[in-house]
Amino acid sequence: MLELSQLTRRFGGPGGRTVLDRVDLRLEAGEYVAIVGESGVGKSTLLNLVAGLDRPDGGTVKLSGTDLSTLDDDGLTRWRRDRLGFVFQAFHVLPHLTLAQNVALPLWLQGQQDASSMRAASEMLAAVGLAGREAGWPRELSGGELQRVAIARALVHKPRLVLADEPTGNLDPHRAGQVLALLRERVRAAGAIGILVTHSHEAAATADRVLRLTGDALVPVTNTQ
Amino acid sequence: MRRALAPVFLGSLGARRLTTLLSILAIALGIALGVAVQVIHDAALDEFDHGMRTLSGEADLQIVGPRGGFDDALFETVALRPEVAAASPLLEVDARLFGDERSLRLIGVDVFRLGEVQPALMPQPGEGQGRLVTLTPDSVFLSPGAMQALGLALGGTLTLQAGLEPLALKVAGGVPGMAGQQVAVMDIDAVQRHFGLRGRLSRIDLRLREGLGLAAGREALAPLMPAGVQLLAPETARAQAAGLSRSYRVNLTMLAVIALVTGGFLVFSTQALSVVRRRTEFAFLRAIGLARGELMRWLLAEGAIVGVVGGLAGVALGYGLAAAALKLLGGDLGAGYFAGISPRLAFEPAVAAVFLVLGVLAGMAGAWLPAREAAEVSPALALKAGGDATGLAGARRHPGWAVGAAALAAVACLAPAWQGIPVGGYVAVALLLAAGVFVLPQLAANLSALLAPLRAVPIALARARLAAVPGHVVVAGAGVLASAALAVAMAIMVASFRDSVDDWLARILPAELYVRGARAGSSGYFDAAAQARIAGTPGVARADFIRHDTVRLSADHPPVMLIARSLSPDGRELPLVGRQVKTSSPVWISEAVADLFGYAPGDTLRLPLAGSPHDFVVAGVWRDYARQSGAIMIPIERYRALSGDPLANDAALHLADGETASAVAARLRERFGAQTLELAQAGEIRAVSLRIFDRTFAVTYLLEAVAVVIGLFGVAASFAALAAARRREFGMLRHIGLTRRQVGLMLATEGALTAGAGALGGLAVGGAISLVLIEVVNRQSFHWSMDIRIPFASLAIFCLTLVLLAALAAVLAGRQAMRQEAVMAVKEDW
Ligand SMILES: Nc1ncnc2c1ncn2[C@@H]1O[C@H](COP(=O)(O)OP(=O)(O)OP(=O)(O)O)[C@@H](O)[C@H]1O
Ligand SMILES: [Mg+2]
Repeated sequence: MLELSQLTRRFGGPGGRTVLDRVDLRLEAGEYVAIVGESGVGKSTLLNLVAGLDRPDGGTVKLSGTDLSTLDDDGLTRWRRDRLGFVFQAFHVLPHLTLAQNVALPLWLQGQQDASSMRAASEMLAAVGLAGREAGWPRELSGGELQRVAIARALVHKPRLVLADEPTGNLDPHRAGQVLALLRERVRAAGAIGILVTHSHEAAATADRVLRLTGDALVPVTNTQ
Repeated sequence: MRRALAPVFLGSLGARRLTTLLSILAIALGIALGVAVQVIHDAALDEFDHGMRTLSGEADLQIVGPRGGFDDALFETVALRPEVAAASPLLEVDARLFGDERSLRLIGVDVFRLGEVQPALMPQPGEGQGRLVTLTPDSVFLSPGAMQALGLALGGTLTLQAGLEPLALKVAGGVPGMAGQQVAVMDIDAVQRHFGLRGRLSRIDLRLREGLGLAAGREALAPLMPAGVQLLAPETARAQAAGLSRSYRVNLTMLAVIALVTGGFLVFSTQALSVVRRRTEFAFLRAIGLARGELMRWLLAEGAIVGVVGGLAGVALGYGLAAAALKLLGGDLGAGYFAGISPRLAFEPAVAAVFLVLGVLAGMAGAWLPAREAAEVSPALALKAGGDATGLAGARRHPGWAVGAAALAAVACLAPAWQGIPVGGYVAVALLLAAGVFVLPQLAANLSALLAPLRAVPIALARARLAAVPGHVVVAGAGVLASAALAVAMAIMVASFRDSVDDWLARILPAELYVRGARAGSSGYFDAAAQARIAGTPGVARADFIRHDTVRLSADHPPVMLIARSLSPDGRELPLVGRQVKTSSPVWISEAVADLFGYAPGDTLRLPLAGSPHDFVVAGVWRDYARQSGAIMIPIERYRALSGDPLANDAALHLADGETASAVAARLRERFGAQTLELAQAGEIRAVSLRIFDRTFAVTYLLEAVAVVIGLFGVAASFAALAAARRREFGMLRHIGLTRRQVGLMLATEGALTAGAGALGGLAVGGAISLVLIEVVNRQSFHWSMDIRIPFASLAIFCLTLVLLAALAAVLAGRQAMRQEAVMAVKEDW
């Protein structure tokens, strides 16, 4: 279970701008939500706080009972390594690793042996429709295929929480639809909590629930379109 | 560290093959030089040491005097003392081969006394020769090395020069105990008679009575020693010999360290750039769970790997270099410290390990700052910013640090030498380099401000970029600064040195023609009759005779050269430096004597002459580039009066008007025979000396050239890496309408500004370093001063070339990146 309570973030020191003002959110395991909002409203900021990449000025983030504020930098790093999966707009697939190695990366970070991690990576690659491409290189793939690799990588270590910030921002609508469907399916299969940040209503529509971020709240959006 | 992550990091090393290779090369070069110098020197010193040890054999103590020897009455006194179990007298002569420039170490021994103290020197009669042959005055015994070097065998004839006459000796056997050395042994009586050294000894080796301590023995015997004769433990003599060449070796090693530092800088440049490039990659890795410490360790490991590979290659290369150099130049690399020994190279695991560690340290030191930088970047920020927009946060302007480092350098210069090594000077050099790197961004900013009036867009863009990311200037400019500074420093130092040596030669060689009895030895000399004949040769207006001997001023230092020659009361013939004192009993000391023994003009100096002490007053200090352990000049009339030694080694001939040196030389050869005299015109000696000088420094020029080329490669590599990272920027610029040429101009401006800052900084820092080299390093290692001369023209050309080449490198690197289609570059993500 993920629980944000009274989460607050200001930028620019005292008297600076408050981007997030006492935001609350509760998500149960297996939930898959989309967060939408105007550009600059603080969506990425919120994800960074949830991921422990940034520290809030007030409020707490708890995942399965762990309060992130109690962890130091190394503690947070270990926590991310074990519990989190990421999908980025810029795919961040490392150019000098093979596709399978890229997918296996989270397992390596957990100290898993090469053989088993490579097996898991192959399985994940197959699950995202890239069976048999283990030894291929990132430069041989299209943007959509690269994002599939990123999705495989985000889920290979069975995280409790998957965060995706504009995962389809760099893709055409057709590809985007495929990738989003895949992401949703894989997150479901893993039984993880999924948070998808997006501008696009089509993308948001793939989620169970859609929340709109305003400065101080996450307001549920009823399907208006 | 998780080994599974290795591909993530090592893959990146492989991806930038060229820059990695350059860093490896620079480190390998530094290590190779260091290893070569060390290994060669160790081999030579080992052999030298071994020789000294076999020579002193079982001796507990040695009695040593000046080169001219001491009275052999001392032997009787000492041998009869109850403290002494055995004593063996020796008389050593540097014997010149007749009609040959070479000389041979000839040791006169008492075969009956030898066995108990120096068994290794025992002559071994050849087949069919009786034992008594060792006592015949015309028999000589050669070590295997000497036989080989001279091409002689048993029964052959060795012709030496005694005075001005040939002396034929029969090779009657060998000296098997002296393998590896080139020595001749004969009966001491015969040596005394043949070489005009009746009643003289140069050494007595002693074994003390069983159970008597060294200190007790020394205390009992010391009062018996006449002035100028000293009791030394054999180790002291060895240590003094080793100390002589130490400065030389340390200075060569410093050159190696310089190459290593350049390598470290290069690792720094390439690592820093690669870290900037991989910024988002690291941010991503941190986001998915790579701990900060681990990221840092992996980046250090990248540097360490470059260091290990460079180190291994360097050690191998170093041994190759050493073997080649030993073959070509000998154990002292041609500097003349270890004549007459044939060293063998041995693999020294400890030396190899030390240098390997140094290579790894250089690699890790270069990687340190970039690694820390990378580990400290906030992943959230880096993931958002992406690209190379933000430079090295740590590399801002630090004028205060620069001033601090320079001030510390000044303080370090005040430190005295440590065991003859100018540690403070070297620390100052390092600090000055650091100061230069700190001041780089400021310099670049000032240079960039000079371009402000130029309105062209590409130039404005280049200026804006330099202002926004000063870190890149540091990264790309540091290599240029380091290599330029070292090249400039060496250029100024060598120019000053060469000029001073040239001046000095002119002062020290005032006569037109020089005559020598023998090159180095005491076996050739002019007696009174020969001196008269030389002076009486037609065409000679005046002949000044010169006598060389050594004196021991203290037991802690090697002997000092004593030069007796005709001198004016004010010593105006000498290249004097500093204060002078008027006195009726003057001697002039070289700078080395002033430094090593602490004498100053006006001080009383007690010189042991012919076994008794005489007081002189130091009238002045003169500059001497020839004798590192010091020399004292004394008027020859006074020397003769006090020592009773009428002989001379050299003569300086001033010619009558209208005479040519070659005509007089021909007449001298006619009178003395072509083979006995060594004649040289002042101009020739000067030319030869300068040629040797230039040859010695050719090695350093070569090193400098290599350093500069590596520095330039660094610039090229830096710009190539940056350009690759900036492909998107270039693509965007092309999109909004910059022509290819304009982008090229922008890059050239960036390159020129960066290298310009590096070259300017290098000039300033190099000038300061040259001062340190001249005033501290040379003074403390070799005890000589020099007049400073700055070769302005060549320095200006050098810096200009550097800037142009750097601009070219930047453009070429950029062109590589621009080859990509502009559209692709914008779209592409990495
Ligand atoms: N490190 C920072 N320092 C100062 N201000 C920041 C920082 N990070 C974000 N902001 C500000 O916080 C606000 C929210 O930024 P954020 O990146 O979260 O927006 P977003 O909702 O993700 O927008 P977009 O949809 O365009 O990605 C913006 O106004 C931004 O200027
Ligand atoms: Mg955002």
